[in-house]
Amino acid sequence: MDKIKLVEATQLRSDIPDFRPGDTINVHVKVREGEKERVQEFQGIVTARRGSGVNATFTVRKISDGVGVERIFPLHSPRLAKIEKVKAGSVRRSKLYYLRSLAAKAVSQKTNA
Amino acid sequence: MSGILGKKLGMTSIFSENGEAIPCTIIEAGPCFVTHVKTKNKDGYDAVQLGFDEKPERLVSKPMKGQFARAKSKALRWLREFREVNGFPTELGAEVRVDIFAQGDVVDVRGRSKGRGFQGVVKRHHFGGVGHTTHGQSDRVRAPGSIGASSYPSRVFKGMRMAGRMGHDQVTVRNLQILRVIPESNILIIKGSIPGAINGYVEVVKSN
Repeated sequence: MDKIKLVEATQLRSDIPDFRPGDTINVHVKVREGEKERVQEFQGIVTARRGSGVNATFTVRKISDGVGVERIFPLHSPRLAKIEKVKAGSVRRSKLYYLRSLAAKAVSQKTNA
Repeated sequence: MSGILGKKLGMTSIFSENGEAIPCTIIEAGPCFVTHVKTKNKDGYDAVQLGFDEKPERLVSKPMKGQFARAKSKALRWLREFREVNGFPTELGAEVRVDIFAQGDVVDVRGRSKGRGFQGVVKRHHFGGVGHTTHGQSDRVRAPGSIGASSYPSRVFKGMRMAGRMGHDQVTVRNLQILRVIPESNILIIKGSIPGAINGYVEVVKSN
């Protein structure tokens, strides 16, 4: 088991800020278009974190043009240029899947610090 | 052909250069030692025997002690013969390490699948089961159905697929890619899954 940890350790990133479900974060994602690479931002509420080590992922939900969009990112992916914590939230669940059925106003009430 | 013996440590994932998470298996491979060399003249065929995984001297039987002494190697738990001698060292006691492989090499991995015990035909041979729970079939949902005709042939054909012991078979998975080699800690990282349980022994050989 230890040797697996050894291998995983080489894959882990150390520049990840501390964030929890309910927080609003801004994820800078490297996007490849042909030869060029640019950074795209995805800002929203963290609705879930799961997994440990290299296999850890987190889910970010935002409302884009009136449509709810959720993206799941591997936490240690080298494709993430940066993760910025925009606002701390305060919630009583570890998985915020119930936000999907709430209106925008109720969402902000539920996740306010 | 060249190859090495190893032990499956478990699975995880690593990131490729373009950021994809790739599922992979970690194998502790080698160091292996040549414990015996067979030749056509003496034994009727050519082969190189490799040994892997040290064990305490007190666990070695007397005949095996002689074998290891001749090869000037430590006592080893697992010995395997390789019939294709090309690519293997042929002097007794020679060491084989993971550095015979490089990133990007394609290998075959051979191991023993997990034993499943006595299993029915649905799990063992992918039968569909009877498919009805009514029409008098209340207790036959996973039954095999008919196993042959009646007075002719008056017997069950050999090889009829039935319930029985499943697993613990030798399984070879071919053409797996080596993602990383870490010689300092004798580690091979292979893309995808390999047969067997964690801590199971496996042979890793170069694909031809």
